[in-house]
Amino acid sequence: MSRHTLSVLVEDKPGVLTRVASLFARRAFNINSLAVGPTEVPGISRMTVVVDADGDLIEQVTKQLNKLINVIKIVELTSESSVQRDHILVKVRADAATRLQVTQAADLFRAAVVDVSTDSLVIEATGTPEKLAALLSVLEPFGIREIVQSGTLAVGRGSRSMSDRALRSA
Amino acid sequence: MSKGSPISPSLMATKSAGATKAPERADRTADQAVVAADLAAASPVLGPNNVVPPTVMTGSQAIVRSLEELGVDDIFGLPGGAILPTYDPLMASSMNHVLVRHEQGAGHAAQGYAMVTGRVGVCIATSGPGATNLVTAIMDAHMDSVPLVAITGQVSSGVIGTDAFQEADIVGITMPITKHSFLVTDPNDIPHVMAEAFHLASTGRPGPVLVDVAKDAQVGQMTFSWPPKIDLPGYRPVTRGHNKQVREAAKLIAAASKPVLYVGGGVIKAHAAAELLALAEATGAPVVTTLMAKGAFPDSHPQHMGMPGMHGTVSAVTALQQSDLLITLGARFDDRVTGVLKTFAPLAKVIHADIDPAEISKNRTADVPIVGSVKEIIPELTDAVRTQFEASGTPDLTTWWAFLNNLKETYPLGWTEPDDGLSAPQRVIERIGALTGPEGVYVAGVGQHQMWAAQFIKYERPHAWLNSGGAGTMGYAVPAAMGAKVGEPDRVVWAIDGDGCFQMTNQELATCAINKIPIKVAVINNSSLGMVRQWQTLFYEGRYSNTDLNTGHDTVRIPDFVKLGEAYGCAAFRCERDEDIDATIQKALEINDRPVVIDFVVSPNSMVWPMVPAGVSNDQIQVARNMTPEWEEED
Repeated sequence: MSRHTLSVLVEDKPGVLTRVASLFARRAFNINSLAVGPTEVPGISRMTVVVDADGDLIEQVTKQLNKLINVIKIVELTSESSVQRDHILVKVRADAATRLQVTQAADLFRAAVVDVSTDSLVIEATGTPEKLAALLSVLEPFGIREIVQSGTLAVGRGSRSMSDRALRSA
Repeated sequence: MSKGSPISPSLMATKSAGATKAPERADRTADQAVVAADLAAASPVLGPNNVVPPTVMTGSQAIVRSLEELGVDDIFGLPGGAILPTYDPLMASSMNHVLVRHEQGAGHAAQGYAMVTGRVGVCIATSGPGATNLVTAIMDAHMDSVPLVAITGQVSSGVIGTDAFQEADIVGITMPITKHSFLVTDPNDIPHVMAEAFHLASTGRPGPVLVDVAKDAQVGQMTFSWPPKIDLPGYRPVTRGHNKQVREAAKLIAAASKPVLYVGGGVIKAHAAAELLALAEATGAPVVTTLMAKGAFPDSHPQHMGMPGMHGTVSAVTALQQSDLLITLGARFDDRVTGVLKTFAPLAKVIHADIDPAEISKNRTADVPIVGSVKEIIPELTDAVRTQFEASGTPDLTTWWAFLNNLKETYPLGWTEPDDGLSAPQRVIERIGALTGPEGVYVAGVGQHQMWAAQFIKYERPHAWLNSGGAGTMGYAVPAAMGAKVGEPDRVVWAIDGDGCFQMTNQELATCAINKIPIKVAVINNSSLGMVRQWQTLFYEGRYSNTDLNTGHDTVRIPDFVKLGEAYGCAAFRCERDEDIDATIQKALEINDRPVVIDFVVSPNSMVWPMVPAGVSNDQIQVARNMTPEWEEED
């Protein structure tokens, strides 16, 4: 199955996240990640939904999402025409002996060390899922204690704004 | 009882239809006639769009006033704690509230009302169990696209989430089975939420909308004004079909040698039966009407092949299977129609017109998708077909018709007489239809009697046949018939019910008797859960696990349906012999001052034929047990 990234503009109303999530569940669509937050337009939130689906199915996913009354607009973002980023916080074992190696590894991935204790570090990194997977595999030998990861965020390249166009047609 | 005269625009109607209907409504309030008509034609707010200047009132009063302004005449419901404030102003309203005996009855009654009138059906219940009792009816309306607004009371906003007495998250519970839902905690939101609920329920693909109103929002003060502003930026149903697609469809029709018009319930919802007749006659193509579309095309019309699907006619099922072009109008390739999907109509191209874009290519990929209302698409398609035929010639369908007419003559619907000497249920149902005629309304439960009522009653007009198609809700018939009779008081309304179904919702006979809603109930009593029994006969070696109901011939007859009917204030008869069938039906037709219940004792051994067994291709249709039609003439 191929992976698709959908940007979904929704009305910021109670229950809208539940409506979207339960739609995926009851229609047996495979959701890979979902991130939601406010936009530059008051009252409108934007969800980035990463879905595993083949051609016919992704069309059905989009159509079913569009049937939700609180959904205003859906755009599929391809990896070529958009910037897509995940955000990760990793707690890694690091004592005096290994701390330098871990921080160097973090540097290579332009990741930041955001917390230090005597036997661990918390590393914050942003990037594509591939880059973050690479970072994790480098950190793995030191001992990963915890991973927290956000859903993918995505925005189209260029000057056009999805919410501009959506609100004009609304 | 209802006044029975619609004053709101017919639902699903196009803007132009709304405009022609508007003056009729506005006549009632002559002073506002012109303004109201103009406003109503353009406004998404249902009803006459009377202008109400800001007025302070309670949320409850606002609910009732909103319903009045939306043109509601009839409501079905049952009060309880969390909706009590709203029942107080309701008492003073001119609207007719029918007090049901169970909330499920209110929901199905609102569905029946909506199905015969085309208007939004309205039901009201309290919080918690009151609201959850509506769930079956809401789901039923969702599956069959019935315009329904359900209003429920909710506990006060301050205690929501505390497991308060009679608290249930009904918005959450019904989320997957409503078109949309609202939780109202601020009384000032009531007018626009009510208008939005009615707009959503009645436009686009119709469906149920839930409005859950917290008790403090009902009690609180607010400022009411009308019409409210509807703010639904994410809701823009397309009604007009794409021109180019319509022309593409016409080209396919002109090129097809085995076309079939596959007509679904959308044609009835869109009030497009007249338009369909014109298209059918312009194309000369055979027509099949699904279970939800019975009456969209006259059964007596020579182009009508009958109902397709699991219990469809051989001619309808085969027409689809052998077709080279399905002209699909407001239908959704339901599994009960297609059988095993990948073997369904394998040689056919597909034109698919539907107002819901998500139905197109959901189950079967469409070659020519057309999103829009069939009310607008069909006339355009008819014009395009005529133009195309003039340009490229009228296709010759002689061979196709010879094949289909032969099937229709060889395999007509029929039944064999039961071997136990009891009446054939099919005969009872056929006689009810014949003696009542096409102007009657027929409401079925779910099971064998439903299929026989679809097969053996002749439907000549839309909105005459009501049943629970997608959901298959046993217990639909009595309350839905009650709602239909309230909506169409001048028509004879029959509930054709089974002995199993009837025991699920017959408490509404009390509602019917007390409110003078004289429906007629034919209990097709085969003393069992007949359809399940049929499957046990065919697929479980006749092991009748838990399907015997002991209501029929040679049993303890618990309950005795005649006594039960009489206990509910109905006229009640029992009919056990073929020679009494006509006289009993005539007697029921002559009684109009109270409901009638007839216990038609019939054979438990009768089965529904034809049948496509589950899990096989429609080509395996059986006209009787282990008997498939002869196909040698198919080429």
